[in-house]
Amino acid sequence: MPKVRIVFDRVRLEEKMLEQKAIELGHDTKMIDAKTTQFTTESKKNDYDFGDVVLERCVSYFRGLHFTAALEFLDIPVLNRTEVANNCGNKMLTSLLLKKHNVPTPKTYFAFSPETAIETLEKVGYPLVIKPIIGSWGRGIVSLRDRETADAIIEVRELNDGPLDRIYYLQEMVNRPPRDIRAISVGDQLIAAMYRTSTGGFKTNIALGAEPITCEITKDLEDICMKASKAVGGGILGIDVMEDEKRGFVVHEVNNTVEFKGMARVAKRNIPKEMIDYAVRYAKR
Amino acid sequence: MNCPECDAIIRIPDDASVGEIVSCPDCGADFEIASKNGAVCELKHAEKVGEDWGE
Repeated sequence: MPKVRIVFDRVRLEEKMLEQKAIELGHDTKMIDAKTTQFTTESKKNDYDFGDVVLERCVSYFRGLHFTAALEFLDIPVLNRTEVANNCGNKMLTSLLLKKHNVPTPKTYFAFSPETAIETLEKVGYPLVIKPIIGSWGRGIVSLRDRETADAIIEVRELNDGPLDRIYYLQEMVNRPPRDIRAISVGDQLIAAMYRTSTGGFKTNIALGAEPITCEITKDLEDICMKASKAVGGGILGIDVMEDEKRGFVVHEVNNTVEFKGMARVAKRNIPKEMIDYAVRYAKR
Repeated sequence: MNCPECDAIIRIPDDASVGEIVSCPDCGADFEIASKNGAVCELKHAEKVGEDWGE
């Protein structure tokens, strides 16, 4: 009987759904709290009960990333891998990888000081969308429509003075309908997709109240999503796609610890089952 | 059980598991279920939403 372990730091509906499905499928299943687990450089696999495969589901990106590194140190199969978590958790790395692998993606500018961020905006023209390179749920994403707004946002960044505030990630505003597509890839398959329609403003995050509506998986959508998955290293991923009026699909984000409670309401396939089945197959490789 | 902040009664569902968040209906404080042994739960203050939280 395969042993499935789910590492969490806060139990959301997704983690409960995964646990329940793994139990239903007959797997030896345990939930492990990352916050109460300790490692050392002397740790050995047998010191723990991490089973045959771990699904890393921490809501804190940095906690999950470093926990994954510790699991890999112990030679425990974990989804997603450290490299994938790193590639997806940092929007700048994701954008560079998407472009490098010829995945259509919005034009994005990177600056490393307030002065060069303003210089970029003045040269390229307004609006550009500024995004924190690490962060989720649409937080800190602002459309910079004029110099005044840009100065204000950049000043706040300087006052905060976090290490990541010094990286300015500025993205073109894509001409698209007031919605985007969230697709979930599991291994080499695109298992579900939904439209997320904005409830006002330009952000389309379910966390901000966007309504999930089922989206047909066309060949074009599948192709671009699977290319994006491959670009970041594969695994279980949430791929965000916009429908550009001229270019068609463009991928703007790939998410490492994908949330799916909104999608589960409209998906034809059973998302937690697909994830658990894949994890078990992954452990046997 | 009673809210560690304001002593109001917090009802914890039977199927709640360790790591889940419960909120006090009176004062609104959030608590994480730290351990559960039958109907007896230990609560600790829930972590605040971090800058790196999300997908």
